[in-house]
Amino acid sequence: MIAISGLLTGSIYALVSMGLSLQYGVARVLNIAHGEFIMLGALIVWSLVISLGIHPLLAVAISGPLLFGIGFLLYRTIFTSLKNRAPSPAAVEGNSLLAAFGLYFIIMNVALLNWGSLSRSYPFLESVVWLGGTAFRLNRLVALAIAIVAGVAFFLFLTRSRPGKAIRAAAQDPATAGLMGVNINWVLPLCFGLGAFLAGLAGFLLSMSTTVNALMGLRYTIIALIVVVLGGLGSIPGSFIGGFILGIVGSIVNYFEPTLVLPAFYALFMLLILIRPAGIFGQSKQ
Amino acid sequence: MDITRLFAHRNLLVVGFLILILIFLTTFPLYGGSYYILVLTTILMYIVLTVSWAMFSGPTGYMSLAPAAFFGVGIYIGAILGAKLPLLVAVAAGGLGCFILALLIGMVTLRLKGIYFAIFTFGLLMFLTEIILYLEIHIGGSRGRHVFPASDEAVFYIMLGICVATLLTAYFIRRSRLGLAMQSIGGNEEAAAHMGIDTTRVKVFTFAISAIFMGAAGAIMAPSLIYIDPYIAFNMRYSFMPVLMAVFGGMGQFYGPVLGAAVFAYTERILRIQYPYHYMLTFGIILILVIVFLPGGLVGLIQKLQKTRLISKLWNRGKEEEHANT
Repeated sequence: MIAISGLLTGSIYALVSMGLSLQYGVARVLNIAHGEFIMLGALIVWSLVISLGIHPLLAVAISGPLLFGIGFLLYRTIFTSLKNRAPSPAAVEGNSLLAAFGLYFIIMNVALLNWGSLSRSYPFLESVVWLGGTAFRLNRLVALAIAIVAGVAFFLFLTRSRPGKAIRAAAQDPATAGLMGVNINWVLPLCFGLGAFLAGLAGFLLSMSTTVNALMGLRYTIIALIVVVLGGLGSIPGSFIGGFILGIVGSIVNYFEPTLVLPAFYALFMLLILIRPAGIFGQSKQ
Repeated sequence: MDITRLFAHRNLLVVGFLILILIFLTTFPLYGGSYYILVLTTILMYIVLTVSWAMFSGPTGYMSLAPAAFFGVGIYIGAILGAKLPLLVAVAAGGLGCFILALLIGMVTLRLKGIYFAIFTFGLLMFLTEIILYLEIHIGGSRGRHVFPASDEAVFYIMLGICVATLLTAYFIRRSRLGLAMQSIGGNEEAAAHMGIDTTRVKVFTFAISAIFMGAAGAIMAPSLIYIDPYIAFNMRYSFMPVLMAVFGGMGQFYGPVLGAAVFAYTERILRIQYPYHYMLTFGIILILVIVFLPGGLVGLIQKLQKTRLISKLWNRGKEEEHANT
């Protein structure tokens, strides 16, 4: 029972963190507004389903590309100009983090103005499924399946396709990748956009299996940060597996003492940074 | 030329100006209304948080997201001790408590590089919030607590004192060997270490010094919050705002963070209650615009304007001379 509910939440954590990992690992933006993209994805789908009455799967086909576009444009405008002007890579990271703070304030408050702070949900696949003597709603199991399929598909995209290869090259060394004929001004926004897309997908999965509201973003940003550190900053498979590990840790702690789940996450997070900043799967660079 | 004579006395002018401000502030409760005392206290509080944040993070480039953690610890110390002991003792205890806490945190974390330090301090803030909530519920038996009352004037004067101490400390650190050491760490940490600077010690020490003022400010703000729980005391706004205010004001000059904090604290006080969402939205937009177009902040803008005016003046004079020659 613990394992299954851990997998269910873990799958969403995994998707959330892969997006952040891509944005930091390649585009070098520690996107503190990542959770806001998740929230945006969830609420856009909710609006489309409730007001237009269209199928949630069709709604995500609209919201996903929309978020990708937003992310792509944001990188092309804000982060590219920061990158081109700053004197050192460390300064770029610092400025990008600050700009991401600005995005966090902007997106969250636009959402609050638009949707208010009420919690929203819509009915979707609510029949009950029995697994190992415990009842689960079908939509959570479907969310798990979609997350795993999306994660694997994304991994294959990175390892097998040409754009994926370009992304991996840019992650290792953007300058050299540029010399080798990778169009950096195209690949980095692409990564940021893909991160936003994955966030939107995770938001969709959350909206179909739980209630969502305009204030939920930061919580998922923090979870994504923890997972990304757990899996190693910038390591995509690391964050996929890290998501599941955190989900299972969460449900184990939850079984004994529900109020200690968050403190346990943060304690794990701080210990990891101190003892093994490169993460469980990352190679230490220091 | 009158202007050159004025510049010779520039330091004297600045000192006189500062004394005037100080006189204005110390006598303010005599004629200012009680509402404006609260406004000024908030402005002073943000100046303390911003300047003490910039004291460490400005020159070294280590972005700390811990101000809210120290501020919150200060609030709790102030709320618990202030009920039994005099206000000043509670404030001193708040500062001392945060100094020790920051020393401990600094010793384990300041070996971390750049971005890891930022996210660690962020995690620390979250951890403290949750763990104090847990302790409060499971040991204290209830969530949150009411804080003893204190007169607004007393709070104002103590906050003013903390603010003056913060500014003086920031000023002297900036001009001391310590300040130079921090700047060289920000420039290139490895090179600084090779030059014989004990980088870890410098970082830990200034990080802890800056925490004193955050903790003291928290301890004195406790009474005016009336009721606190961990989510109020450790509100993330207290970490974000100082960063934004310092960036907005510009960290190149000593007065940049002061300027940023004063401008933003005042507008926040007035606009946030009426239009909370619009205010924060505009705030985000301004922040991004400043980072992209005005990397030096307000201070950078002022310097740029001065420079262009000076240059255009010289340029025009040069032209006039050319005309005279031909």
